[in-house]
Amino acid sequence: MTQTELKAVPFPETDFDIEAIRRDFPILNQEVNGNPLAYLDNAASSQKPVQVIEAVDAYYRLDNANVHRGVHRLSQRATDAYEGARDKVRGFLNAKLDKEIVFVRGATEAINLVAQSFVRPQIKPGDEILISHIEHHANIVPWQMVCEQTGAKLKVIPMTESGELDLSDFDSLLNERTKILAIGHVSNALGTINPIKEMIGQAKAKSIPVLVDGAQAVPHIAVDVQDLDCDFYVFSGHKMFAPTGIGALYGKQALLEAMPPWQGGGDMILSVSFSHTEYNTLPYKFEAGTPHIAGAVGLGAAIDYMQAIGIDKLAAYEHHLLEVATAKLEAIDGIRIIGTAKNKASVLSFMIEDVHPHDVGTIFDQQGVAIRAGHHCAQPVMEFYGIAATARASFAFYNTEQEIDALVNAIKTTQELFA
Amino acid sequence: MSDLRDLYQQVIMDHKKNPRNFREITDANHMAHGNNPLCGDALVVYAKLKDGVIEDVSFQGSGCAISVASASLMTEILKGKTMEEAEKLYDNVHKALTGEAGGGELSGKLEVLAGVKEFPARVKCATLSWHTVHAAMDSDHDISVTTE
Ligand SMILES: Cc1ncc(COP(=O)(O)O)c(C=O)c1O
Repeated sequence: MTQTELKAVPFPETDFDIEAIRRDFPILNQEVNGNPLAYLDNAASSQKPVQVIEAVDAYYRLDNANVHRGVHRLSQRATDAYEGARDKVRGFLNAKLDKEIVFVRGATEAINLVAQSFVRPQIKPGDEILISHIEHHANIVPWQMVCEQTGAKLKVIPMTESGELDLSDFDSLLNERTKILAIGHVSNALGTINPIKEMIGQAKAKSIPVLVDGAQAVPHIAVDVQDLDCDFYVFSGHKMFAPTGIGALYGKQALLEAMPPWQGGGDMILSVSFSHTEYNTLPYKFEAGTPHIAGAVGLGAAIDYMQAIGIDKLAAYEHHLLEVATAKLEAIDGIRIIGTAKNKASVLSFMIEDVHPHDVGTIFDQQGVAIRAGHHCAQPVMEFYGIAATARASFAFYNTEQEIDALVNAIKTTQELFA
Repeated sequence: MSDLRDLYQQVIMDHKKNPRNFREITDANHMAHGNNPLCGDALVVYAKLKDGVIEDVSFQGSGCAISVASASLMTEILKGKTMEEAEKLYDNVHKALTGEAGGGELSGKLEVLAGVKEFPARVKCATLSWHTVHAAMDSDHDISVTTE
């Protein structure tokens, strides 16, 4: 797409007030190394609006206590806030039941939980776990661990040069030995949006359970787990404008019911004696110990914030930023964009010819432009392209076209320095 | 920009573009692989020692400008030094860049590495080759080191 074509579809829409949105994110209003900060590392972690910061603050100022344990007022308020947040997550994913939402530390913990509690007990030597070539390490390593523990085999859906999944053999990769398909919704290294609905459909037709790693999807895409019909969906709060240390696992009730607990401790039991312990009901069976209550409250506030603006509207604006940035980078000599899938979220990985991404990261930082330089916890993807690392700009709905210009200028400075 | 110019000064860029001693030593009696898992930088250092003197030292691999230039400078400086002198240099570079107590100033050719101090995230890039050569000297078989 050329820049002139882009001008024909102007954005923002009249009611998308980017200035007002930016005022909600106080951290954006600062200088770094004498330049206005352009925070373009949202795929690593996003910034938090005052609405989230204040919800966490108010929780600690007014309601803080342990949950499900006290008869006193604060404990009741903390419990209500925590369970209220669970209901917001349920609504956010359009799950049927609150008890299908388990609070966890993040996507990584959720995948490990499913790997150890759902897959490991039922998998046998020679059985298969199917993932793809473009997964984050969080959706590779937990499955490798299960394979080592059980003698199962890890199978990998290949990728194409553009960074899409090569699904030509998908049907035969789904076979009677496949015990789970664990697939990312959106690639963090490349931005590729995978056709998960179709993939889930194919897996379900063969009664193969599916886990979707939604860590990079929830900030950009409205998710409906009932419509998708996946068995598990996982995400991290910190990538969707909520605090770190909180995330969620959605699991279908029947599967969660049948799974053994993952960790033992308080809250996950109904009764304990030395001869027998009765486990708690869902979702508490999987929430051993005092949870990250304030984090859950912040996650609920982040969901409220996104829904108040409208996830579709955020996504449309981010897509606009991606198209503008892609066109501008394509117009620069010596830039190679890594990941050119047709269907992409606002992630732009690139290489500057003859400049190592780590040098790029340092030089950009001096201009106030924060990007990620590295392998993005997706080393198999890097290996596919024969590179060790990329530079990656990733956009959120609070980014602006001026920040894209700052990115372009930073590229030019880098090229001059290395000329 | 001035800090950047300090970091990416001409000497660094020259070594990055034309790394010295960028080759294998086929009859090396010491070698080590160095990795920076954070950025995927990987290099091999070869050394040929005779009677406690570094007769030849070289490297191969890929990395950022800082790590390549630092490795290149290192091979230039270490050639002809005794093991003890090399150890002392290693110790000095390491301490000077990490700000550890007892580190002196970087002098002579190594002065150009001093700019790295202002960029804490990049110190490991500059020290990778030095850690690797240190490991190579200590061992008579091929070993691996990482910066983590
Ligand atoms: C696609 C994907 N999956 C999983 C994760 C892991 O998320 P967390 O580190 O928050 O558990 C990430 C984070 O980078 C990711 O991008």
